[in-house]
Amino acid sequence: MVSYKKKSNKNNIYQFKHTPYLTIDKKFKLQNGQSLISPSVAYKTYGKLNKDKSNSILICHALTGDQYAAGINPITQKKGWWHDMIGRGKVFDTNLYYIICCNVLGGCMGTTGPNSIDPKTKEAYGLNFPNISIKDMVFLQKNLVTHLGIDKLFCVVGGSMGGMQALEWGVSFPEKVDLVIPIATSYRHTAQNIALHEVGRQAIKNDLNWEKGEYIKVDKSPEKGLAAARMVAHITYMSEKSLSNKFGRNKKSNPLSQIFEGNFEVENYLQYKGNSFVNRFDANSYLYLTRSMDRFDLSEKYNGMLELAFKNNPCKWLIVSFTSDWLFPTSESRSLVSALNANACKVSFVEIESDRGHDSFLLKVPRLYNILKGFLIGAKT
Amino acid sequence: MNKIRTDHLLITSIVKDESRVLDIGCADGKLLHLLIKNKNASVQGIEIEHDKVEACLKKGLSVVEGDANKEITNFPDNSFDYVILSQTLQTVEKPKWILDQILRIGKKAIISFPNFGHWYCRYQIALYGKMPITKELKLPWYDTKNIHFCTIRDFCELIEEMNFVTEKKFGINKSKAVINYPFSGSLLNLLASHAVFLIHS
Repeated sequence: MVSYKKKSNKNNIYQFKHTPYLTIDKKFKLQNGQSLISPSVAYKTYGKLNKDKSNSILICHALTGDQYAAGINPITQKKGWWHDMIGRGKVFDTNLYYIICCNVLGGCMGTTGPNSIDPKTKEAYGLNFPNISIKDMVFLQKNLVTHLGIDKLFCVVGGSMGGMQALEWGVSFPEKVDLVIPIATSYRHTAQNIALHEVGRQAIKNDLNWEKGEYIKVDKSPEKGLAAARMVAHITYMSEKSLSNKFGRNKKSNPLSQIFEGNFEVENYLQYKGNSFVNRFDANSYLYLTRSMDRFDLSEKYNGMLELAFKNNPCKWLIVSFTSDWLFPTSESRSLVSALNANACKVSFVEIESDRGHDSFLLKVPRLYNILKGFLIGAKT
Repeated sequence: MNKIRTDHLLITSIVKDESRVLDIGCADGKLLHLLIKNKNASVQGIEIEHDKVEACLKKGLSVVEGDANKEITNFPDNSFDYVILSQTLQTVEKPKWILDQILRIGKKAIISFPNFGHWYCRYQIALYGKMPITKELKLPWYDTKNIHFCTIRDFCELIEEMNFVTEKKFGINKSKAVINYPFSGSLLNLLASHAVFLIHS
Protein backbone atom coordinates (compact mmCIF):
# COMPACT_ATOMS: atom_id res chain seq x y z
CA MET A 1 0.00 0.00 0.00
CA VAL A 2 1.30 3.39 -0.91
CA SER A 3 1.31 5.70 2.03
CA TYR A 4 -0.21 9.13 2.05
CA LYS A 5 2.29 11.69 0.87
CA LYS A 6 2.60 15.22 2.04
CA LYS A 7 0.23 17.89 0.76
CA SER A 8 3.06 19.47 -1.13
CA ASN A 9 3.28 16.43 -3.35
CA LYS A 10 1.16 17.39 -6.32
CA ASN A 11 0.61 13.79 -7.27
CA ASN A 12 -0.89 12.67 -4.02
CA ILE A 13 -4.27 11.85 -5.57
CA TYR A 14 -2.44 9.50 -7.91
CA GLN A 15 -0.60 7.75 -5.09
CA PHE A 16 -3.10 7.38 -2.33
CA LYS A 17 -4.73 4.01 -1.86
CA HIS A 18 -8.33 4.49 -0.77
CA THR A 19 -9.89 1.82 1.42
CA PRO A 20 -12.19 0.08 1.53
CA TYR A 21 -12.90 -0.65 -2.09
CA LEU A 22 -14.71 -3.27 -4.09
CA THR A 23 -13.41 -4.70 -7.34
CA ILE A 24 -16.02 -6.11 -9.66
CA ASP A 25 -14.46 -9.37 -10.86
CA LYS A 26 -16.15 -9.32 -14.23
CA LYS A 27 -16.74 -7.06 -17.19
CA PHE A 28 -18.80 -4.04 -16.31
CA LYS A 29 -21.05 -3.12 -19.21
CA LEU A 30 -21.60 0.56 -19.93
CA GLN A 31 -24.64 2.27 -21.42
CA ASN A 32 -22.78 3.12 -24.62
CA GLY A 33 -22.09 -0.55 -25.32
CA GLN A 34 -18.45 -0.49 -24.26
CA SER A 35 -17.27 -2.18 -21.07
CA LEU A 36 -14.68 -1.84 -18.35
CA ILE A 37 -12.59 -4.78 -17.17
CA SER A 38 -13.12 -5.28 -13.43
CA PRO A 39 -13.54 -1.69 -12.27
CA SER A 40 -13.08 -0.78 -8.61
CA VAL A 41 -15.28 1.35 -6.45
CA ALA A 42 -13.88 3.10 -3.38
CA TYR A 43 -16.37 3.77 -0.61
CA LYS A 44 -16.95 4.75 2.99
CA THR A 45 -19.64 3.59 5.39
CA TYR A 46 -20.88 5.15 8.60
CA GLY A 47 -23.13 3.53 11.21
CA LYS A 48 -24.27 -0.09 11.22
CA LEU A 49 -26.47 -2.12 8.97
CA ASN A 50 -29.44 -3.41 11.00
CA LYS A 51 -30.56 -7.04 11.15
CA ASP A 52 -33.20 -6.82 8.46
CA LYS A 53 -30.90 -4.67 6.32
CA SER A 54 -33.50 -1.96 5.97
CA ASN A 55 -31.66 1.11 7.27
CA SER A 56 -29.16 1.95 4.57
CA ILE A 57 -28.85 5.37 3.01
CA LEU A 58 -26.76 5.89 -0.10
CA ILE A 59 -25.31 9.37 -0.28
CA CYS A 60 -24.25 10.45 -3.77
CA HIS A 61 -21.56 13.07 -4.14
CA ALA A 62 -21.45 16.01 -6.52
CA LEU A 63 -19.02 16.68 -9.38
CA THR A 64 -15.95 17.39 -7.27
CA GLY A 65 -17.03 15.58 -4.12
CA ASP A 66 -15.88 12.15 -3.02
CA GLN A 67 -16.64 9.27 -0.70
CA TYR A 68 -15.35 11.19 2.32
CA ALA A 69 -18.76 12.70 3.09
CA ALA A 70 -18.00 12.73 6.81
CA GLY A 71 -14.84 12.54 8.87
CA ILE A 72 -11.49 13.85 7.67
CA ASN A 73 -10.61 13.64 3.99
CA PRO A 74 -7.13 12.08 3.79
CA ILE A 75 -6.17 14.15 0.74
CA THR A 76 -7.33 17.59 1.82
CA GLN A 77 -7.14 16.96 5.57
CA LYS A 78 -10.44 18.83 5.77
CA LYS A 79 -13.82 17.74 7.10
CA GLY A 80 -16.02 15.81 4.68
CA TRP A 81 -18.45 17.75 2.51
CA TRP A 82 -21.48 16.67 4.59
CA HIS A 83 -19.60 16.24 7.86
CA ASP A 84 -22.19 18.27 9.78
CA MET A 85 -25.01 16.22 8.32
CA ILE A 86 -23.72 12.71 9.10
CA GLY A 87 -23.12 11.30 12.58
CA ARG A 88 -24.74 10.45 15.88
CA GLY A 89 -27.91 12.45 16.38
CA LYS A 90 -27.33 14.34 13.14
CA VAL A 91 -29.64 14.45 10.11
CA PHE A 92 -28.25 11.20 8.78
CA ASP A 93 -28.11 9.68 12.23
CA THR A 94 -25.51 6.93 12.41
CA ASN A 95 -27.34 5.54 15.44
CA LEU A 96 -30.26 4.77 13.15
CA TYR A 97 -28.92 4.48 9.63
CA TYR A 98 -26.17 2.73 7.74
CA ILE A 99 -24.66 5.37 5.49
CA ILE A 100 -22.83 4.47 2.30
CA CYS A 101 -20.95 6.93 0.14
CA CYS A 102 -18.76 5.92 -2.78
CA ASN A 103 -16.57 7.69 -5.27
CA VAL A 104 -18.33 7.83 -8.64
CA LEU A 105 -17.27 5.95 -11.73
CA GLY A 106 -14.91 8.23 -13.61
CA GLY A 107 -13.78 9.87 -10.37
CA CYS A 108 -10.24 10.20 -9.10
CA MET A 109 -10.48 9.14 -5.48
CA GLY A 110 -10.06 5.40 -5.78
CA THR A 111 -12.93 4.41 -8.06
CA THR A 112 -11.94 3.51 -11.62
CA GLY A 113 -11.60 6.59 -13.76
CA PRO A 114 -9.41 8.05 -16.51
CA ASN A 115 -6.39 8.21 -14.17
CA SER A 116 -6.66 4.49 -13.31
CA ILE A 117 -4.49 1.86 -14.92
CA ASP A 118 -5.98 0.28 -18.03
CA PRO A 119 -5.45 -3.50 -17.60
CA LYS A 120 -4.91 -3.81 -21.34
CA THR A 121 -2.08 -1.29 -21.69
CA LYS A 122 -0.85 -1.21 -18.06
CA GLU A 123 -0.88 2.56 -18.37
CA ALA A 124 -3.32 5.22 -17.25
CA TYR A 125 -6.50 5.21 -19.35
CA GLY A 126 -6.36 8.89 -20.18
CA LEU A 127 -8.69 9.55 -23.11
CA ASN A 128 -8.95 5.80 -23.73
CA PHE A 129 -11.35 5.74 -20.83
CA PRO A 130 -14.83 5.10 -22.23
CA ASN A 131 -17.61 7.68 -22.13
CA ILE A 132 -19.53 7.11 -18.94
CA SER A 133 -23.00 8.19 -17.93
CA ILE A 134 -24.80 9.01 -14.71
CA LYS A 135 -26.60 5.70 -15.23
CA ASP A 136 -23.27 3.86 -15.34
CA MET A 137 -22.33 5.47 -12.02
CA VAL A 138 -25.61 4.28 -10.54
CA PHE A 139 -25.22 0.75 -11.88
CA LEU A 140 -21.76 0.55 -10.32
CA GLN A 141 -23.25 1.79 -7.03
CA LYS A 142 -25.88 -0.94 -7.32
CA ASN A 143 -23.07 -3.51 -7.50
CA LEU A 144 -21.60 -2.08 -4.32
CA VAL A 145 -24.95 -2.05 -2.51
CA THR A 146 -25.56 -5.69 -3.46
CA HIS A 147 -22.02 -6.57 -2.33
CA LEU A 148 -22.80 -5.01 1.05
CA GLY A 149 -25.71 -7.44 1.36
CA ILE A 150 -28.43 -4.87 0.83
CA ASP A 151 -31.39 -5.67 -1.39
CA LYS A 152 -33.31 -2.44 -0.90
CA LEU A 153 -32.01 0.96 0.14
CA PHE A 154 -34.01 2.99 2.62
CA CYS A 155 -32.94 6.21 0.94
CA VAL A 156 -30.81 7.65 -1.85
CA VAL A 157 -29.87 11.30 -1.49
CA GLY A 158 -27.57 13.71 -3.25
CA GLY A 159 -27.12 17.27 -4.42
CA SER A 160 -26.25 18.57 -7.89
CA MET A 161 -24.58 15.69 -9.79
CA GLY A 162 -25.40 13.61 -6.68
CA GLY A 163 -29.02 14.61 -7.21
CA MET A 164 -28.84 13.33 -10.78
CA GLN A 165 -27.65 9.99 -9.43
CA ALA A 166 -30.51 9.97 -6.91
CA LEU A 167 -32.97 10.64 -9.75
CA GLU A 168 -31.42 7.87 -11.83
CA TRP A 169 -31.71 5.47 -8.88
CA GLY A 170 -35.40 6.28 -8.52
CA VAL A 171 -35.97 5.69 -12.20
CA SER A 172 -33.65 2.71 -12.84
CA PHE A 173 -34.26 0.85 -9.57
CA PRO A 174 -37.64 2.05 -8.29
CA GLU A 175 -38.22 -1.21 -6.42
CA LYS A 176 -34.83 -1.05 -4.73
CA VAL A 177 -35.18 2.25 -2.88
CA ASP A 178 -37.89 3.67 -0.61
CA LEU A 179 -37.00 7.37 -0.46
CA VAL A 180 -35.38 9.48 -3.13
CA ILE A 181 -34.09 12.96 -2.30
CA PRO A 182 -32.66 14.91 -5.25
CA ILE A 183 -31.39 18.29 -4.05
CA ALA A 184 -30.46 21.35 -6.15
CA THR A 185 -30.47 19.37 -9.35
CA SER A 186 -32.24 18.74 -12.63
CA TYR A 187 -33.33 15.86 -14.84
CA ARG A 188 -31.16 17.31 -17.62
CA HIS A 189 -28.68 20.08 -18.25
CA THR A 190 -29.84 23.23 -19.98
CA ALA A 191 -27.80 24.79 -22.79
CA GLN A 192 -26.48 27.24 -20.21
CA ASN A 193 -25.28 24.41 -17.94
CA ILE A 194 -23.53 22.73 -20.86
CA ALA A 195 -22.02 26.03 -22.00
CA LEU A 196 -20.53 26.72 -18.59
CA HIS A 197 -19.03 23.23 -18.46
CA GLU A 198 -17.59 23.67 -21.94
CA VAL A 199 -15.66 26.76 -20.80
CA GLY A 200 -14.05 24.64 -18.09
CA ARG A 201 -13.23 21.83 -20.48
CA GLN A 202 -11.68 24.21 -22.99
CA ALA A 203 -9.52 25.71 -20.24
CA ILE A 204 -8.16 22.25 -19.45
CA LYS A 205 -7.71 21.17 -23.06
CA ASN A 206 -5.89 24.37 -23.95
CA ASP A 207 -3.38 23.99 -21.14
CA LEU A 208 -0.19 22.80 -22.89
CA ASN A 209 0.47 20.43 -20.01
CA TRP A 210 -2.71 18.55 -20.81
CA GLU A 211 -0.75 16.77 -23.57
CA LYS A 212 -3.92 15.56 -25.33
CA GLY A 213 -4.97 13.84 -22.14
CA GLU A 214 -1.69 11.91 -21.77
CA TYR A 215 -0.23 14.14 -19.05
CA ILE A 216 0.14 11.36 -16.47
CA LYS A 217 2.40 9.36 -18.80
CA VAL A 218 4.72 12.32 -19.25
CA ASP A 219 4.51 13.32 -15.61
CA LYS A 220 2.85 16.64 -16.26
CA SER A 221 -0.35 18.20 -14.99
CA PRO A 222 -2.62 20.78 -16.66
CA GLU A 223 -2.93 22.65 -13.39
CA LYS A 224 -3.55 26.08 -14.85
CA GLY A 225 -6.38 24.86 -17.06
CA LEU A 226 -7.95 22.84 -14.27
CA ALA A 227 -7.69 25.81 -11.90
CA ALA A 228 -9.37 28.08 -14.46
CA ALA A 229 -12.13 25.49 -14.95
CA ARG A 230 -12.65 25.42 -11.21
CA MET A 231 -12.77 29.21 -11.02
CA VAL A 232 -15.57 29.44 -13.58
CA ALA A 233 -17.45 26.62 -11.92
CA HIS A 234 -17.03 28.17 -8.49
CA ILE A 235 -18.76 31.36 -9.63
CA THR A 236 -21.73 29.29 -10.77
CA TYR A 237 -21.96 27.69 -7.33
CA MET A 238 -22.39 31.04 -5.63
CA SER A 239 -24.91 33.83 -6.04
CA GLU A 240 -24.26 37.45 -6.93
CA LYS A 241 -25.39 38.32 -3.41
CA SER A 242 -23.08 35.85 -1.68
CA LEU A 243 -20.09 37.08 -3.70
CA SER A 244 -21.01 40.69 -2.91
CA ASN A 245 -21.49 39.94 0.78
CA LYS A 246 -18.17 38.16 0.94
CA PHE A 247 -16.00 40.51 -1.12
CA GLY A 248 -17.88 43.50 -2.45
CA ARG A 249 -15.38 45.61 -4.35
CA ASN A 250 -12.69 45.21 -1.72
CA LYS A 251 -9.07 45.23 -2.83
CA LYS A 252 -6.30 42.95 -1.68
CA SER A 253 -2.92 44.40 -0.75
CA ASN A 254 -0.84 41.26 -1.33
CA PRO A 255 -2.50 39.35 -4.20
CA LEU A 256 -1.52 35.86 -5.36
CA SER A 257 -0.97 37.12 -8.87
CA GLN A 258 -1.44 40.47 -10.51
CA ILE A 259 -1.64 41.89 -14.01
CA PHE A 260 -3.25 45.21 -13.26
CA GLU A 261 -2.75 47.53 -10.38
CA GLY A 262 -5.08 46.94 -7.48
CA ASN A 263 -6.35 43.40 -7.16
CA PHE A 264 -9.93 42.69 -6.14
CA GLU A 265 -10.40 40.30 -3.26
CA VAL A 266 -12.78 38.21 -5.31
CA GLU A 267 -10.07 37.61 -7.94
CA ASN A 268 -7.68 36.49 -5.26
CA TYR A 269 -10.30 34.21 -3.71
CA LEU A 270 -11.00 32.50 -7.04
CA GLN A 271 -7.29 32.03 -7.71
CA TYR A 272 -6.92 30.43 -4.30
CA LYS A 273 -9.92 28.15 -4.94
CA GLY A 274 -8.53 27.18 -8.35
CA ASN A 275 -5.04 26.50 -7.05
CA SER A 276 -6.15 24.37 -4.13
CA PHE A 277 -8.48 22.34 -6.35
CA VAL A 278 -5.69 20.99 -8.55
CA ASN A 279 -4.18 19.21 -5.55
CA ARG A 280 -7.24 17.07 -5.12
CA PHE A 281 -8.65 16.53 -8.58
CA ASP A 282 -7.69 14.96 -11.86
CA ALA A 283 -8.17 17.03 -15.02
CA ASN A 284 -9.37 14.13 -17.18
CA SER A 285 -11.83 13.11 -14.46
CA TYR A 286 -13.15 16.64 -14.62
CA LEU A 287 -13.65 16.32 -18.39
CA TYR A 288 -15.40 12.96 -18.16
CA LEU A 289 -17.63 13.82 -15.23
CA THR A 290 -18.78 17.19 -16.58
CA ARG A 291 -19.57 15.42 -19.85
CA SER A 292 -21.62 12.77 -18.09
CA MET A 293 -23.67 15.53 -16.45
CA ASP A 294 -24.19 17.28 -19.79
CA ARG A 295 -25.34 14.07 -21.39
CA PHE A 296 -27.74 13.17 -18.56
CA ASP A 297 -31.37 13.54 -19.61
CA LEU A 298 -34.11 11.46 -18.01
CA SER A 299 -36.60 12.58 -20.66
CA GLU A 300 -34.44 11.69 -23.68
CA LYS A 301 -35.78 8.17 -23.92
CA TYR A 302 -39.32 9.57 -23.99
CA ASN A 303 -38.85 12.33 -26.57
CA GLY A 304 -38.80 14.98 -23.89
CA MET A 305 -41.89 13.71 -22.06
CA LEU A 306 -40.33 13.55 -18.61
CA GLU A 307 -43.53 12.30 -16.97
CA LEU A 308 -43.15 8.96 -18.79
CA ALA A 309 -39.96 8.31 -16.79
CA PHE A 310 -41.99 8.05 -13.57
CA LYS A 311 -44.82 5.76 -14.68
CA ASN A 312 -46.07 3.70 -11.71
CA ASN A 313 -43.10 4.85 -9.66
CA PRO A 314 -43.55 3.57 -6.10
CA CYS A 315 -40.82 5.65 -4.42
CA LYS A 316 -41.39 8.50 -2.02
CA TRP A 317 -39.77 11.63 -3.39
CA LEU A 318 -38.55 14.81 -1.75
CA ILE A 319 -37.34 17.46 -4.18
CA VAL A 320 -35.38 20.37 -2.72
CA SER A 321 -34.24 23.59 -4.38
CA PHE A 322 -32.77 26.88 -3.17
CA THR A 323 -34.05 30.35 -3.98
CA SER A 324 -30.69 31.77 -5.09
CA ASP A 325 -29.49 28.72 -7.05
CA TRP A 326 -29.21 29.96 -10.64
CA LEU A 327 -27.27 26.92 -11.84
CA PHE A 328 -30.15 24.55 -11.06
CA PRO A 329 -33.01 26.98 -10.52
CA THR A 330 -36.25 26.06 -8.79
CA SER A 331 -38.03 25.85 -12.15
CA GLU A 332 -36.01 22.67 -12.87
CA SER A 333 -37.20 21.09 -9.64
CA ARG A 334 -40.77 22.14 -10.39
CA SER A 335 -40.60 20.26 -13.70
CA LEU A 336 -39.69 17.17 -11.72
CA VAL A 337 -42.52 17.71 -9.24
CA SER A 338 -44.96 18.20 -12.09
CA ALA A 339 -43.79 15.04 -13.86
CA LEU A 340 -44.08 13.03 -10.64
CA ASN A 341 -47.53 14.46 -9.98
CA ALA A 342 -48.64 13.49 -13.45
CA ASN A 343 -48.08 9.91 -12.33
CA ALA A 344 -49.75 10.29 -8.94
CA CYS A 345 -46.38 9.67 -7.31
CA LYS A 346 -45.71 10.51 -3.69
CA VAL A 347 -43.82 13.75 -4.00
CA SER A 348 -42.89 16.52 -1.60
CA PHE A 349 -41.20 19.70 -2.65
CA VAL A 350 -39.60 22.59 -0.82
CA GLU A 351 -37.80 25.63 -2.08
CA ILE A 352 -35.51 26.74 0.72
CA GLU A 353 -34.63 30.37 1.16
CA SER A 354 -30.90 30.90 0.99
CA ASP A 355 -28.86 33.63 -0.64
CA ARG A 356 -25.79 31.41 -1.00
CA GLY A 357 -26.52 29.99 -4.42
CA HIS A 358 -26.13 26.42 -5.65
CA ASP A 359 -23.59 25.66 -2.89
CA SER A 360 -26.39 25.96 -0.31
CA PHE A 361 -26.82 22.19 -0.32
CA LEU A 362 -23.30 21.84 1.10
CA LEU A 363 -23.76 24.55 3.73
CA LYS A 364 -25.32 24.61 7.15
CA VAL A 365 -28.74 25.83 6.08
CA PRO A 366 -30.92 25.06 9.16
CA ARG A 367 -34.12 24.60 7.18
CA LEU A 368 -32.45 22.04 4.89
CA TYR A 369 -31.42 20.07 7.97
CA ASN A 370 -34.95 20.25 9.47
CA ILE A 371 -36.63 19.24 6.24
CA LEU A 372 -34.36 16.25 5.62
CA LYS A 373 -34.57 15.05 9.20
CA GLY A 374 -38.37 15.42 9.24
CA PHE A 375 -38.75 13.59 5.95
CA LEU A 376 -36.67 10.64 7.19
CA ILE A 377 -38.65 10.49 10.45
CA GLY A 378 -41.95 10.76 8.57
CA ALA A 379 -41.03 7.88 6.29
CA LYS A 380 -40.79 5.58 9.30
CA THR A 381 -44.26 6.42 10.62
CA MET B 1 -55.75 13.72 21.01
CA ASN B 2 -57.47 16.58 19.27
CA LYS B 3 -61.11 16.22 18.40
CA ILE B 4 -61.61 15.60 14.70
CA ARG B 5 -63.21 18.56 12.96
CA THR B 6 -66.76 18.13 11.67
CA ASP B 7 -65.88 19.44 8.21
CA HIS B 8 -62.96 17.00 8.02
CA LEU B 9 -65.24 14.10 8.87
CA LEU B 10 -67.80 15.30 6.36
CA ILE B 11 -65.22 15.68 3.59
CA THR B 12 -63.77 12.27 4.39
CA SER B 13 -67.22 10.73 4.14
CA ILE B 14 -67.65 12.20 0.65
CA VAL B 15 -64.37 10.78 -0.69
CA LYS B 16 -64.51 7.28 -2.14
CA ASP B 17 -62.07 4.59 -0.97
CA GLU B 18 -58.57 4.55 -2.46
CA SER B 19 -58.96 7.85 -4.25
CA ARG B 20 -56.18 10.19 -5.22
CA VAL B 21 -56.73 13.44 -3.31
CA LEU B 22 -55.11 16.88 -3.34
CA ASP B 23 -55.73 19.18 -0.38
CA ILE B 24 -55.00 22.81 -1.19
CA GLY B 25 -53.88 24.59 1.93
CA CYS B 26 -53.47 21.33 3.84
CA ALA B 27 -52.05 23.02 6.98
CA ASP B 28 -50.46 20.38 9.25
CA GLY B 29 -52.09 17.58 7.30
CA LYS B 30 -54.87 16.52 9.71
CA LEU B 31 -57.43 16.04 6.93
CA LEU B 32 -54.93 14.18 4.74
CA HIS B 33 -54.11 11.91 7.65
CA LEU B 34 -57.79 11.19 8.18
CA LEU B 35 -58.24 10.41 4.47
CA ILE B 36 -55.40 7.90 4.60
CA LYS B 37 -56.71 6.30 7.78
CA ASN B 38 -60.38 6.10 6.88
CA LYS B 39 -60.32 5.89 3.09
CA ASN B 40 -56.89 4.50 2.29
CA ALA B 41 -56.52 7.49 -0.01
CA SER B 42 -53.36 8.44 -1.83
CA VAL B 43 -52.90 12.03 -0.76
CA GLN B 44 -50.98 15.14 -1.67
CA GLY B 45 -51.00 18.54 -0.01
CA ILE B 46 -50.07 22.09 -0.91
CA GLU B 47 -49.14 24.41 1.94
CA ILE B 48 -47.42 27.77 2.07
CA GLU B 49 -46.38 28.00 5.72
CA HIS B 50 -42.92 26.60 6.46
CA ASP B 51 -43.64 25.06 9.86
CA LYS B 52 -46.82 23.42 8.63
CA VAL B 53 -44.97 21.90 5.67
CA GLU B 54 -42.38 20.53 8.07
CA ALA B 55 -45.16 19.12 10.27
CA CYS B 56 -46.60 17.31 7.23
CA LEU B 57 -43.22 15.85 6.28
CA LYS B 58 -42.72 14.57 9.84
CA LYS B 59 -46.05 12.78 9.55
CA GLY B 60 -44.90 11.14 6.33
CA LEU B 61 -47.33 13.14 4.18
CA SER B 62 -46.41 14.29 0.69
CA VAL B 63 -46.62 18.05 0.51
CA VAL B 64 -45.59 20.65 -2.03
CA GLU B 65 -44.59 23.91 -0.45
CA GLY B 66 -45.82 27.06 -2.11
CA ASP B 67 -48.63 29.46 -2.91
CA ALA B 68 -51.64 27.47 -4.10
CA ASN B 69 -52.40 30.14 -6.71
CA LYS B 70 -49.07 29.39 -8.39
CA GLU B 71 -48.49 25.73 -7.53
CA ILE B 72 -51.82 24.66 -8.90
CA THR B 73 -50.79 25.57 -12.44
CA ASN B 74 -47.94 23.01 -12.24
CA PHE B 75 -50.29 20.07 -11.82
CA PRO B 76 -51.28 18.19 -14.96
CA ASP B 77 -54.91 17.75 -16.09
CA ASN B 78 -57.00 15.13 -14.31
CA SER B 79 -54.22 14.13 -11.93
CA PHE B 80 -56.55 13.75 -8.94
CA ASP B 81 -59.89 12.12 -8.19
CA TYR B 82 -60.69 14.92 -5.75
CA VAL B 83 -59.23 18.35 -5.16
CA ILE B 84 -60.16 19.82 -1.79
CA LEU B 85 -60.31 23.55 -1.23
CA SER B 86 -61.15 23.87 2.42
CA GLN B 87 -61.86 27.32 3.87
CA THR B 88 -59.67 28.91 1.23
CA LEU B 89 -61.94 30.01 -1.64
CA GLN B 90 -62.80 33.26 0.15
CA THR B 91 -59.10 34.11 0.53
CA VAL B 92 -57.99 33.79 -3.07
CA GLU B 93 -57.64 36.68 -5.45
CA LYS B 94 -59.50 35.07 -8.35
CA PRO B 95 -62.06 32.53 -7.11
CA LYS B 96 -63.39 31.81 -10.60
CA TRP B 97 -59.92 31.13 -11.95
CA ILE B 98 -59.07 28.82 -9.07
CA LEU B 99 -62.30 26.85 -9.51
CA ASP B 100 -61.44 26.40 -13.16
CA GLN B 101 -57.95 25.21 -12.25
CA ILE B 102 -59.24 22.83 -9.60
CA LEU B 103 -61.60 21.15 -12.01
CA ARG B 104 -58.84 21.00 -14.59
CA ILE B 105 -56.52 19.00 -12.34
CA GLY B 106 -59.23 17.10 -10.45
CA LYS B 107 -62.15 15.03 -11.66
CA LYS B 108 -64.17 16.36 -8.76
CA ALA B 109 -63.76 19.17 -6.29
CA ILE B 110 -64.78 19.52 -2.68
CA ILE B 111 -65.15 23.17 -1.73
CA SER B 112 -65.88 24.38 1.77
CA PHE B 113 -66.39 28.01 2.74
CA PRO B 114 -67.99 30.15 5.44
CA ASN B 115 -71.55 31.04 4.52
CA PHE B 116 -72.36 34.73 4.73
CA GLY B 117 -76.01 33.89 4.23
CA HIS B 118 -76.10 32.33 7.72
CA TRP B 119 -78.77 33.91 9.93
CA TYR B 120 -76.20 35.19 12.43
CA CYS B 121 -74.33 37.09 9.72
CA ARG B 122 -77.58 38.50 8.35
CA TYR B 123 -78.59 39.46 11.88
CA GLN B 124 -75.38 41.42 12.48
CA ILE B 125 -75.61 43.28 9.19
CA ALA B 126 -79.34 43.93 9.53
CA LEU B 127 -79.35 44.94 13.17
CA TYR B 128 -76.02 46.71 13.62
CA GLY B 129 -75.19 47.53 10.01
CA LYS B 130 -71.73 46.05 10.55
CA MET B 131 -69.67 43.33 8.88
CA PRO B 132 -70.30 40.07 10.71
CA ILE B 133 -67.79 38.71 13.20
CA THR B 134 -68.36 35.09 14.20
CA LYS B 135 -66.45 32.29 15.90
CA GLU B 136 -65.07 31.21 12.53
CA LEU B 137 -64.67 34.74 11.15
CA LYS B 138 -62.97 36.32 14.10
CA LEU B 139 -61.09 39.18 12.47
CA PRO B 140 -62.50 42.59 11.57
CA TRP B 141 -62.81 43.46 7.87
CA TYR B 142 -59.47 45.28 7.70
CA ASP B 143 -57.46 42.40 9.16
CA THR B 144 -59.15 39.42 7.59
CA LYS B 145 -57.53 37.39 4.84
CA ASN B 146 -61.04 36.67 3.58
CA ILE B 147 -61.50 39.00 0.65
CA HIS B 148 -64.20 37.22 -1.34
CA PHE B 149 -67.10 36.36 0.89
CA CYS B 150 -70.18 34.70 -0.52
CA THR B 151 -73.37 33.00 0.53
CA ILE B 152 -74.46 29.49 -0.40
CA ARG B 153 -76.86 31.01 -2.93
CA ASP B 154 -74.08 33.14 -4.45
CA PHE B 155 -71.91 30.06 -4.79
CA CYS B 156 -74.70 28.02 -6.39
CA GLU B 157 -75.18 30.79 -8.93
CA LEU B 158 -71.49 30.89 -9.74
CA ILE B 159 -71.36 27.11 -10.22
CA GLU B 160 -74.30 27.37 -12.60
CA GLU B 161 -72.72 30.27 -14.46
CA MET B 162 -69.49 28.31 -14.88
CA ASN B 163 -71.44 25.30 -16.16
CA PHE B 164 -70.27 23.05 -13.36
CA VAL B 165 -72.50 20.51 -11.67
CA THR B 166 -73.22 20.36 -7.94
CA GLU B 167 -73.29 16.72 -6.95
CA LYS B 168 -73.77 17.18 -3.24
CA LYS B 169 -74.09 20.08 -0.86
CA PHE B 170 -74.00 20.13 2.90
CA GLY B 171 -74.22 22.72 5.60
CA ILE B 172 -72.60 22.76 8.99
CA ASN B 173 -74.41 24.71 11.67
CA LYS B 174 -73.09 26.72 14.59
CA SER B 175 -73.07 23.69 16.88
CA LYS B 176 -70.96 21.77 14.33
CA ALA B 177 -73.75 19.47 13.22
CA VAL B 178 -74.15 18.54 9.59
CA ILE B 179 -77.29 19.88 7.96
CA ASN B 180 -78.46 17.69 5.14
CA TYR B 181 -81.73 16.73 3.49
CA PRO B 182 -84.50 17.90 3.79
CA PHE B 183 -82.91 21.29 4.27
CA SER B 184 -81.79 22.78 1.02
CA GLY B 185 -82.03 26.02 -0.92
CA SER B 186 -83.01 29.05 1.12
CA LEU B 187 -83.25 27.18 4.39
CA LEU B 188 -79.77 25.72 4.09
CA ASN B 189 -78.45 29.17 3.25
CA LEU B 190 -80.02 30.46 6.45
CA LEU B 191 -79.02 27.68 8.82
CA ALA B 192 -75.53 26.74 7.68
CA SER B 193 -72.58 28.69 9.02
CA HIS B 194 -70.39 26.62 6.70
CA ALA B 195 -71.00 24.96 3.39
CA VAL B 196 -69.36 21.92 1.81
CA PHE B 197 -69.93 21.32 -1.92
CA LEU B 198 -69.00 18.41 -4.12
CA ILE B 199 -68.83 19.65 -7.70
CA HIS B 200 -67.62 18.43 -11.07
CA SER B 201 -67.39 19.87 -14.54
